[in-house]
Amino acid sequence: MNFNLSEEQTILKDSVTKFISNDYDYETRSKHMKMEKGFNPATWQTFAELGWLCVPFAEDDGGIGGGPIEVMIMMEEMGKGLVLEPYFSTVILSGAVLSRAATGQQRADTLNAIIDGSKLFSLAYLEPQSRFDLFDVSTVADKNDGSYTINGRKAMVLHGGSANTFIVVARTAGQQRSEEGISLFLVNADTPGGTVKDYPTLDGHRAAEIELNNVVVPAENSLGEPGSALPVLESAAQEACLALCAEAVGMMEKLYKETVAYTKERKQFGVPIAVFQALQHRMVDMFTLHEECKSLLLRAVLSKKEGSSELPRNISALKYAVAIKGQKVAHEAIQIFGGMGMTDEMSVGMYLKRINMINTLFGDADYHLKRVMAA
Amino acid sequence: MDIQLKQEDLVFRDEVREFLKQELNDSLLQAAVGGHVDKDTMIHWQQVLYRKGWIAPNWPKEYGGTGWTMTQKFIFENECAAHGAPMVVPFGLKMVAPVIYTFGNEEQKQRFLPGILQSTEWWCQGYSEPGAGSDLAALQTKAERDGDHYVVNGQKIWTTYAQYADWIFCLVRTDSNAKKQEGISFLLIDMKTPGIEVRKIDSIDNQHSLNEVFFDNVRVPVANRIGEENKGWTYAKYLLTHERTAIAGVAQSKRTIKTLKEMASQQLSGGQPLLEDAFFKAKLARIEVDLMALEYTELRAIASVVDGGAPGPESSILKIRGTEIQQALSELSMEVCGYYAHALNMGEPIGNDYAWDVAAKYLYGRASTIFGGSNEVQKNIIAKLVLGL
Repeated sequence: MNFNLSEEQTILKDSVTKFISNDYDYETRSKHMKMEKGFNPATWQTFAELGWLCVPFAEDDGGIGGGPIEVMIMMEEMGKGLVLEPYFSTVILSGAVLSRAATGQQRADTLNAIIDGSKLFSLAYLEPQSRFDLFDVSTVADKNDGSYTINGRKAMVLHGGSANTFIVVARTAGQQRSEEGISLFLVNADTPGGTVKDYPTLDGHRAAEIELNNVVVPAENSLGEPGSALPVLESAAQEACLALCAEAVGMMEKLYKETVAYTKERKQFGVPIAVFQALQHRMVDMFTLHEECKSLLLRAVLSKKEGSSELPRNISALKYAVAIKGQKVAHEAIQIFGGMGMTDEMSVGMYLKRINMINTLFGDADYHLKRVMAA
Repeated sequence: MDIQLKQEDLVFRDEVREFLKQELNDSLLQAAVGGHVDKDTMIHWQQVLYRKGWIAPNWPKEYGGTGWTMTQKFIFENECAAHGAPMVVPFGLKMVAPVIYTFGNEEQKQRFLPGILQSTEWWCQGYSEPGAGSDLAALQTKAERDGDHYVVNGQKIWTTYAQYADWIFCLVRTDSNAKKQEGISFLLIDMKTPGIEVRKIDSIDNQHSLNEVFFDNVRVPVANRIGEENKGWTYAKYLLTHERTAIAGVAQSKRTIKTLKEMASQQLSGGQPLLEDAFFKAKLARIEVDLMALEYTELRAIASVVDGGAPGPESSILKIRGTEIQQALSELSMEVCGYYAHALNMGEPIGNDYAWDVAAKYLYGRASTIFGGSNEVQKNIIAKLVLGL
């Protein structure tokens, strides 16, 4: 038994940590947020050059064959820096779907484009009514001669406004909530009939509502076996949960440490507020909540590495805990920062907003608690 | 012991209800729901109340108050909140006016009270400073005497609606050598005076409520000082007790629960309305139990005052539990709305028409346990004054 990082993993972690502390402070991040796409395209190219865009992909696909530990390292550190660039939506989520479903030339084209930083992908899976059910799909793809015609509406497509290509989840058979008949399609952002409404989200990222109105794509844009995409989505959702929770755990660590540092600086009644026992105990609780989530993260990550049958239950336990404990840590940070915690000048509010966003992606606390109970 | 209202109170309640039904049009109701209320709407509602004679229930009758009993005041506040009326902006009507009519001179009363009553002059509160939050008496903004003026230099922070204000009431230091509570004076300052600068604070809810106010050699007539020099802390403490009334927000929270249930009936979870989900129902029920307790705690506090006594120790928990319940409800509202709650409100709804303003209220609501004496400070006060520790 050993929870230490390998030498390669340590090097990877150090490179991300160094980048965040040297080139991605909160002020820089705020500048990126105001850019046209809501992030800095030059930073994305830097990620490509540093080799970060290939981390989760197999060596045969041009990646480094990174596993769940490498992804955890990347996301935890990026969480600390509140990174805006679409690493999650393109590399983790779209990457997970493509590496499970894409074949042949399609596979080479899409994964190469992610790895060299030339294209951004986004998975259009949510719909206004679907909430957390991946199989609740009303968007329809009708097969014609050599093509598909897609009609429907996709919700909160992460970084949809800057994506070059959408992976659209649409139904080729079955009723809205049927687990069968779900298919995946590559749809270029500029395909006629598609309308992309780009908007900012609370966490400083971007998302889009997408209307698909008689969008025609060639049959070869179908991804994987038509009608059987649900297992692909469920498996990709596991990757997504692990990555998002790692990001949240990184943020929880930052939150408790920054709160401790702030209370040593902030003086009231002639003393640093850190001397008040009422606050000390609460900061100990914040530390404890972080350690618990870190343990659940390692538990889930290692069960993924081992291919354990406990994985689904471990992931749901982690996602539930992060939702409850992550939000608690962020709320406490704002309370202890006081009025300053209410301002955008401090980053604590942004951590809260990002943690909340993570909680609503791929199932909230109740959704995952039910899964823990059922598993 | 009984909980029934007297016949005359029931008649009064019906009169209030009738009035609210008549006057609260859709745009006013929408304003109260939409989180951030614009100045015109707030003034419009306050002037409706003024014309009815109901704008200042807590003021003595001679200055424009209603002469209502404690029970009537409670009924009125309760019904306003229950019907979704916009909040009355407290800085003029509920905060500075009681100080002016209690400690001000005749000239000050005549100069300032009518403008507050008619909502023609807008006030903001200059208390907190960067170094004086929970430790308010540590304030540093200085007022030095120069003939019949004070010259004010310093900075105030968290000044809600300073961008709209005509006047600011300020605590300033007039004696730097005295003990910190003893060198403070209470000044009324015209916001148009040269040397005042208002800067917006970018807050986590993306709305514009909070500001910093800077004073650079601002000349304020000595005639604008309330009461005696260096006695400002006494007046401020009096004001803080006013700030803490009606802070439980029971009726507001009840209304939030109603809205929450409406949202949960529209939001689907597992293909069913979320309102029918056992987990959701349990969570809501837990908060409702807390609110049931708070409601009776507030009634006990009011009853003891009606009987001519002082509020009992139970009243000290109203702010703490009231704000905790408000926060729990706003957290649950976010949860109900799912991912659409996380779209930034740019003035138009995304996805559905109920999720878009939930986040601003949730985020701004984080401040409710910080302002008006943080909940930690409230607990210190209870420990000392109630438990005798």
